[in-house]
Amino acid sequence: MMGFQIVVLWSDVLVWLLLASGIGVGVLIARSPPLLAAWRRVGASRAGMASATVLLAFLCVGLLDSLHYRVALDGKPGDKTQYAIEVLSVLDALVGPLRTENEKTYSAPFATHLYAKETVDRPGLGTVREFPRLKFGGAHLDDPATLADDVGVTAFRSVALVTLGWLALAGVVALRCGGWRAVWRGETAFAWNAVLATLAVILLVLVPLFALAGQYHVFGTDKVGQDVLYQIFKSVRTALIIGLVTTLVMLPVAVLLGIVAGYFRGWVDDLIQYLYTVLNSIPGVLLIAAAVLMMQVVIDSHPEWFATAAERADLRLLALCFILGITSWTGLCRLLRGETLKLRELEYIQAAQAFGVSNWRIILRHILPNLMHIVIIALVMDFSGLVLAEAVLSYVGIGVDPTMTSFGTMINNARMELGREPVVWWSLVAAFSAMFILVLAANLFADAVRDAFDPRVA
Amino acid sequence: MMLEVTDLRLGFAAGRRTLLAVDGISFTISRGETFALLGESGCGKSATAQGLMRLLPAAGRIVGGSVSLDGEDLLALAEADMRGWRGRRMAMIFQEPATSLNPVLTVGRQIGEVLERHLGLAGAAARERMLDLLRQVGIADPERRLDEYPFQLSGGMKQRVMIAIALAGEPELLIADEPTTALDVTVQAQILDLLAKLQVDRGMGMLLITHDLGVVARMAHRIGVMYAGELVEVASREDFFTTPRHPYTQALFAALPEVSRRGTVLTTIPGQVPSLAAMPAGCRFAERCPQVMPVCRERSPEWREATPGHAVRCHWQGTTAAAEKSPDFTVDRKISEKSELLTVSDLKVHFPIRKGILQRTVGHVFAVDGVSLTISPGRTLALVGESGCGKTTVGKALLQLIPPTSGSVRLAGEELVGLRGRRLRAVRRHLQMIFQDPFASLNPRLRIGEIIAEGIGALAAAPAGQAPAAVRALLQQVGLPDDAVDRYPHEFSGGQRQRIAIARALAVQPELLVCDEPTSALDVSVQAQILNLLKQLQAELGVAYLFITHNFAVVEYLAHDVAVMYLGRIVEQGRAEEVLENPRHPYTQALLSAVPVPRLDGGEGRIRLGGETPSPASPPTGCHFHPRCPKATAVCRERYPERTAVSATHAVNCHWVA
Repeated sequence: MMGFQIVVLWSDVLVWLLLASGIGVGVLIARSPPLLAAWRRVGASRAGMASATVLLAFLCVGLLDSLHYRVALDGKPGDKTQYAIEVLSVLDALVGPLRTENEKTYSAPFATHLYAKETVDRPGLGTVREFPRLKFGGAHLDDPATLADDVGVTAFRSVALVTLGWLALAGVVALRCGGWRAVWRGETAFAWNAVLATLAVILLVLVPLFALAGQYHVFGTDKVGQDVLYQIFKSVRTALIIGLVTTLVMLPVAVLLGIVAGYFRGWVDDLIQYLYTVLNSIPGVLLIAAAVLMMQVVIDSHPEWFATAAERADLRLLALCFILGITSWTGLCRLLRGETLKLRELEYIQAAQAFGVSNWRIILRHILPNLMHIVIIALVMDFSGLVLAEAVLSYVGIGVDPTMTSFGTMINNARMELGREPVVWWSLVAAFSAMFILVLAANLFADAVRDAFDPRVA
Repeated sequence: MMLEVTDLRLGFAAGRRTLLAVDGISFTISRGETFALLGESGCGKSATAQGLMRLLPAAGRIVGGSVSLDGEDLLALAEADMRGWRGRRMAMIFQEPATSLNPVLTVGRQIGEVLERHLGLAGAAARERMLDLLRQVGIADPERRLDEYPFQLSGGMKQRVMIAIALAGEPELLIADEPTTALDVTVQAQILDLLAKLQVDRGMGMLLITHDLGVVARMAHRIGVMYAGELVEVASREDFFTTPRHPYTQALFAALPEVSRRGTVLTTIPGQVPSLAAMPAGCRFAERCPQVMPVCRERSPEWREATPGHAVRCHWQGTTAAAEKSPDFTVDRKISEKSELLTVSDLKVHFPIRKGILQRTVGHVFAVDGVSLTISPGRTLALVGESGCGKTTVGKALLQLIPPTSGSVRLAGEELVGLRGRRLRAVRRHLQMIFQDPFASLNPRLRIGEIIAEGIGALAAAPAGQAPAAVRALLQQVGLPDDAVDRYPHEFSGGQRQRIAIARALAVQPELLVCDEPTSALDVSVQAQILNLLKQLQAELGVAYLFITHNFAVVEYLAHDVAVMYLGRIVEQGRAEEVLENPRHPYTQALLSAVPVPRLDGGEGRIRLGGETPSPASPPTGCHFHPRCPKATAVCRERYPERTAVSATHAVNCHWVA
């Protein structure tokens, strides 16, 4: 058993805090019948539940990637234990070979040879230019021509395994929810059929991929020979943090200022309105670029703050979240202000005023709960927007730290290779598809949430 | 017979079930006849109208039956053919004039649309026709109005334009769905007159949908009473008002507040209309019927012709309910008029109109412009007026919810205007308010217990720890079950919600309750329950009410004193008997005569009042009422009249009386 040291990055703290508060909010919701009823409607929506299943899969990857540690280096017994400079996560440990089995440079998905010719010394033949065999991809094959058979067999085996596992799971669900027919026809209160179907698709894609990933680079490798599948997994956490932590930063600002502006009117309203109008009229990318560059200078001039490169990248990620949050609260704030303006004229607010209830108590008891549906909808909708924003910013070069993997950096790196002949397409396609699925799932989920919280339905 | 509806059944899809909103109704309308569909909300009246026009909402389904107009089966027509009928052969007027016109199109465009589609008129010919139509519906200066947008028109004019649009295709059948419910009484009288005249001129058939017995008495030739999706009684106007047969119809009449019922408990219909999902198998009214027999719960009654042309669907063969004398409010308290609970003098509330970048004040809306009144303990003062006259603002200014511009409000000698913080809160224990809309006045996210306890907590009206007991006692007092404490507002009907609002206001034991149209959003039978409750509470607790309303029937039934407001000022005030029986101000006289009475003999000597209430931002010079006053003279245009005492308690602001 190798010793290790747990590393707690700031973003890890935030991620787990978010999860804890998410569970806390869930408990609160379970106690409030109107909110519970709305979430039940989300649960009954097939599109919503299918996308929630996909999101949950992404979330699991992100959470596994948020438990960091440093491995102890082998040293003489008695010496003070030294730890590796590299910070690893539980996900790294789980995917093991994906991280370490690096090729020299580009290789296509399921390739057995490199993508570029090299000059090789062949005993007896002298130097030849050829596509050399990969160090790891398909290395177990004696004859590269049997590749298709080998892949087919492995894939078939894992598909069979998946089918069995899925049937067992479906059986359990059917037993608990009153019969297979009820589940399949969507007669259950919770959209189990959608969840099961999505789960089947996810498993059918992922498990064979994993089974093959040990022996092949299923999505190919990038310029420095790193496995693209591994990069995708690492990018998920970055995207989730950008999406979640940013909303966490912006939410209190937006809610507080929006309600205060709408409720108190007068000069408070004017001030807040001027503030967000001004902020809104500065070109967003420019503002973010300026802030990021300033922060870059600060980070670079204080190398002593960071024990590892991971910590530095992490701080930069958080700073990016913060900057994005500062610039993106205006939309929600404006929405909440308008709704508060409407609510404050309602008669139950006036009744409370007639009782002499204090303003802050009115805001907490009467206004905030009646705005929650907007907040929830805005949160879910903003998430996908922020994930896309990160990709754009990283592409422009003002996003996350270059050492940190994200969808944006992946796309940025792959960009140059599009002009190459023959074209290197897999990096871009893989990043694009993963991001597409994440954002689509988030959008569909947001739609389901919006429909469920629509007051006209309630 | 022009329109024949046979066994029409309409439903709304809910999941995999179709809930029947209209269950087998049959009626006919002949040319030149007005058939009124009468019933409380949720009885399927509007669904019937939409079904006839085939304009049901997306979830609506026509389940069965037939609708034939001049022998053509409308339900069998293709949608494209149906479009040729709508607007041409049959047209519809909706309830809310504010939303039935498109705000971004001129009046002319909206009328022209119909002319072009159905009569192929365009250009100068169409314009000529439009002017003609606008003249017919009584719009002055039609040339100008034709190019105006809906926001430039008043509510009454919008409804006139809507009628002009409906008439543009020269329909044979006009469906009017609550055409005057959103309008003031004086404007309502104008629109009803107009509809009656147009019908006679054109010989149209008219299907009038309403909940107002007064409108029925004024307009209808024959009447069909709907209850829970079924017709229960069809009768001619005379039969209907002289000998109503169905217990439901009788209960509707008995529930009306009137001056003759003062001091008595109004008859109410217990319970509520059954929900679509849970229709009883037998007679649908059985649960609420005073004449219920065992057979009613088993079998749905067949149609029975009581006299020719008067059909009833009821097992009960009797004619009128044994006139059981409803109990009186014996405790009509000894009212001490000497002491004054609340004295308002020269109260003004002006709202600034701001314009431009710098938000400079360019004028004022004179919402309340010098109102003086007094309320004695345990008495009810009714503040009457049409919409926009500032009566609600008076109520809110009394509670200091809107800061008054000037004037004084003294409660038991203590000045309220200008009070702040702790001292204002202390005073608020004595004054509370009940709002108009029972759906907007309760926070949907709080339980009933929390809602009622809010005031107790904020004003420390009960010792800590006793709040739950106090809440239960209040619920009992307003006639709600104990288990309501843990439920949410959406689980209650409109009447029950209004009871909750009353309980909330009573929680701090106020001496004065400002009731802002507390029954105007409720059905007649539920209104009676709330009025009974208010009266009973006054007898028990000695609360004084400031009752803000536009409904004279309620005033007659409930009020001790009356103040009539017009454009921010009180024009006449006095004892209820004095003002209602011997009104002196022309406005009061017109208001009283414009109220449609639910009797056959109503309507003689009606005073027609032209125009509508002017904007309170620029009130007319002199007497505010002079542009509409039939008795206006030169002096009325120059000077606002002084207050003239008619008797010790009755005063009028009018030159004509002075």
